[in-house]
Amino acid sequence: MSFATEVIISVLLIIGGVFVLIGSIGLSRLQDLYTRLHAPTKATTVGLGSILVASMIYMAYVRDFLSINELLITLFLVITAPVTAHILAKAAMHNGVKPMERTKNADLIKKARQQLPPDSQMEE
Amino acid sequence: MLTRILPMPLHSFMLLIIWLMINSTMSLGHIILGTVLGIVIPLLCQPLRVPQPHVRRPIKAAKYVLLVLKDVFVANIEVALLVMGPMRNIKPGFIAVPLDLRDTFPITVLASTVTMTPGTVSSEVSSDKKWLYVHVLNMPDNEQELIDLIKQRYERRVKEMFEC
Repeated sequence: MSFATEVIISVLLIIGGVFVLIGSIGLSRLQDLYTRLHAPTKATTVGLGSILVASMIYMAYVRDFLSINELLITLFLVITAPVTAHILAKAAMHNGVKPMERTKNADLIKKARQQLPPDSQMEE
Repeated sequence: MLTRILPMPLHSFMLLIIWLMINSTMSLGHIILGTVLGIVIPLLCQPLRVPQPHVRRPIKAAKYVLLVLKDVFVANIEVALLVMGPMRNIKPGFIAVPLDLRDTFPITVLASTVTMTPGTVSSEVSSDKKWLYVHVLNMPDNEQELIDLIKQRYERRVKEMFEC
């Protein structure tokens, strides 16, 4: 393996590691469930993406073998990550999880948990 | 007759290809096993299907995927900076986006895109399918701007893609 490929693989692995780490830090630093959803769904897609690209380059150069499992992992990740985030947010709303205090339009949660349009009248 | 055995030929073919990719092989045994799975799984899933519109403009769909990939990359950096910065800068909020799309599959595509892109997570769809509730990590002062961005940048393109 030439020096250049080694550098490319290392840089990709470092970028990936940093983004996954930031995703985890965000998970612990943010203050309510709704904002916490943002950190793992966003910061890990690029993180895992670059780790998988690094893995593909490594397999292609070192083992002389074009590995396509990484592409499949990316595909399944892209399909499942938004659905998981959506279901988590939905479940939180339906269980009446309180958002943090300065959340704007927090009253939309009440409408959303009954799946009503935002301009409808609530019967109490 | 053929539609009885292969109700979804495209899906059967995709299942076979993905089976071979997972096992990274082209051996006869796996081709036979993949074919059997490709026939049996669609037969089991057929009764559960709800008719959905198909992607009519594949080139538009490919362009859309590239646009979303670019936005996902930008989103990662934006969210990373927000998360590492001081917590008092984060102003979360909810918005309700009016939907022009009517069918469930295009709405799913739009909602997934919204979740993947900068600081927004789709959290609920109203039962009349006219509103998408979105949680925003960092709310701009004028929320209408964000609603317009989602409608102009993503919903318009999804609509063109499905021609509905």
